[in-house]
Amino acid sequence: MGSEVSDMSDLETPEARIAPTPDREGDSVRMNMIQAINSAMDVLMDRDPNVIVMGEDVGYFGGVFRATAGLQKKFGKTRVFDTPITECGIIGVAVGMGAYGLRPVPEIQFADYIYPALDQLVSEAARLRYRSAGEFTAPITVRSPFGGGIFGGQTHSQSPEAIFAHVSGLKTVIPSNPYDAKGLLIAAIEDNDPVIFFEPKRIYNGPFNGHWDKPASNWSKHPAGEVPTGYYRIPLGKAAIVRPGEALTVLAYGTMVHVAAEAVREAGIDAEIIDLRTLVPLDIETIEESVKKTGRCLIVHEATRTQGFGAELSALVQERCFYHLEAPVERVTGFDTPYPHSLEWAYFPGPVRIGMALKKIMKD
Amino acid sequence: MTGEPSRANLPPLSLHVPEPKFRPGDAVDFSDFDVPPAGEQRRPDTAEAADKFHDLAFTLVRVLDDEGNAVGPWNPRLSPDKLRQMLRYMALLRAFDERMFRAQRQGKTSFYMKATGEESVAVAATMALQRDDMTFPSYRQQGILIARDWSLVDMMNQIYSNSADRLQGKQLPIMYSTKEGAFFSISGNLATQYPQAVGWAMASAAKGDTRIAATWCGEGSTAEGDFHSALTFATVYRAPVILNVVNNQWAISSFSGFAGAEATTFAARAVGYGIAGLRIDGNDALAVYAATEWAAERARTNQGPTLIEHFTYRTEGHSTSDDPGQYRSADEATEWPLGDPIKRLKDHLIKLGEWDEERHAAQDLELAETVKAAQKEAEKNGILGHGLHQPLDTLFDGVYEEMPWHLKEQRQQMLDEEQTSGRPWDRK
Repeated sequence: MGSEVSDMSDLETPEARIAPTPDREGDSVRMNMIQAINSAMDVLMDRDPNVIVMGEDVGYFGGVFRATAGLQKKFGKTRVFDTPITECGIIGVAVGMGAYGLRPVPEIQFADYIYPALDQLVSEAARLRYRSAGEFTAPITVRSPFGGGIFGGQTHSQSPEAIFAHVSGLKTVIPSNPYDAKGLLIAAIEDNDPVIFFEPKRIYNGPFNGHWDKPASNWSKHPAGEVPTGYYRIPLGKAAIVRPGEALTVLAYGTMVHVAAEAVREAGIDAEIIDLRTLVPLDIETIEESVKKTGRCLIVHEATRTQGFGAELSALVQERCFYHLEAPVERVTGFDTPYPHSLEWAYFPGPVRIGMALKKIMKD
Repeated sequence: MTGEPSRANLPPLSLHVPEPKFRPGDAVDFSDFDVPPAGEQRRPDTAEAADKFHDLAFTLVRVLDDEGNAVGPWNPRLSPDKLRQMLRYMALLRAFDERMFRAQRQGKTSFYMKATGEESVAVAATMALQRDDMTFPSYRQQGILIARDWSLVDMMNQIYSNSADRLQGKQLPIMYSTKEGAFFSISGNLATQYPQAVGWAMASAAKGDTRIAATWCGEGSTAEGDFHSALTFATVYRAPVILNVVNNQWAISSFSGFAGAEATTFAARAVGYGIAGLRIDGNDALAVYAATEWAAERARTNQGPTLIEHFTYRTEGHSTSDDPGQYRSADEATEWPLGDPIKRLKDHLIKLGEWDEERHAAQDLELAETVKAAQKEAEKNGILGHGLHQPLDTLFDGVYEEMPWHLKEQRQQMLDEEQTSGRPWDRK
């Protein structure tokens, strides 16, 4: 089974994506993911005076990853400002601003530091529309760099998406390339529900295929690094088939889309790779259709295994595609340990671990 | 052992665990309680620098003296009509609380919380604000709604979670919410409203609006991290916000010492943040009004936030689920040296010759009838668990703006389940 696919990049052009990409404005230029995210905020702040950006070091300095560079200069200090170092304060204040009628885009410097804000996110932002029967809403978009692969150790590498995907009322979005990052971030900021927008920092500058010991590439050579300068949206809740295939379905998001693609290439398997892009609401149709076609499913994420988002995906596939499955659903994930520093590459679910799982599924 | 200092001669450390003065059965003696005389506290300019408030953070701003006179620089000099209106709102709040507490005991709803003894805190403060200033209350400021003439029937519908409940039966009783009433959705999670109020005030300032925000929490909630983050944000951005701490001495069974009251005041917290801090007699409606009016002017003139500690006493149990007889002396409420806020305002009006006991008694009767009539009206829409409720599928509304597929599936599952069960939950 399985046919050889030699060049993944041909299949990763935006044009090859299943999801529609309407309402483009202006020319396209080469952008890395940081520039695309910056451009999304820039474009929306131009269009909507209620969009404001806030967080630790986001103002004058432009963010520790440069995601907000130039925005304060362009839009002024009352729309782009630095905050005290208090994550519960940042999100609590953003909820209040949302109740006033603003559309705040708060940044949490690392996803590893979002926990002090959990009460405001889980008890307040997520519940506000429900508990007030729609009178008050929290149209906030929490941007936060996440994921490992950068020797970030325990507190600069975590992938806490499952915590948020578990909370009714929150949406969780994770882009995997500059083109998507901008389109999804615009959709997230315009969305009237609170959105957790996790940015895989390992791929800010270029796609990462998991081969840490080989030279890194950058987005300038990747088709998804071609980003329209103007306004466009990628709808939330729509996955992208980044590589059509027949032999099995790979579900991934963020950095792992690229790592999974590399593992599939190396294994020479005709896998269908789905980039989920949004975890909640999930594009169940695309997943279901694919697994019913292929009969096999591999789920890949960086986050720890137990109670990770992969467990939900696995359960859904099992419930909805049971009679089509030819092998057990497999999960390749981070191990159930805190994220290590020196042993990062033993921990990270790279092409070897994924490759072993691919072979196992295809053998069954 | 080399280099290790000998510990043999050091006295053992001891851990201090606060203990309230009086427990059940104890005779209460407040004679050592220092009540500053009314009228003696200075009233600074509303633009005074925040580092000058040390004295006002450690005293009690008081207007009404023991004889019922309004004295000193904080006297807001309200008209008799306004004083009577204030008294009426406070009495209405107490009548409402009495009736709803009884409704819970009669099994008409699951839960209630009274504000007895604290009526002035929410009522007088609200009267000193504009109608569209945004309030971020805790669960014991139903007086805001009362003082904004909010419909009692609407409040009761929420308490009964009935078919007319605007919150669709989604919230625990008393967790009101009304955008029109500029009353933010109450959350069960303590102090979360504090940074939200600051954020709302920051937004108002950023947009060049003229509205300000006010928020309330209990002294127990000041121990939450959100209290700290809110004060930090408020001072950093000079947010036009009034931060009220209702120090009613008790956080369920824990006395205020467990929030730090043995060592300092709650108004004094403001000083460390660079926020103007006032500590006021919370049972003195005129002091509450005057302090709020002062803080509102400070906020409206871009001079920044004010923290007001309302020193008061929670006369009754924490909630219908609480029995204060288990942890404090029953005499505390009656011996409380700052008295009852309604009686004190009533005595003042009588002293002015603008009120009398007969009119007061008649008003109490009238308000009781008003509340009773509202209750009758609300009960037409149902009481908790008696059939008249929201359509079943509203359970899934409002989680998101648009319902995602998984909620649609679960909604259908619930409707199928109801069909199968034969329970009387059919959609109305």
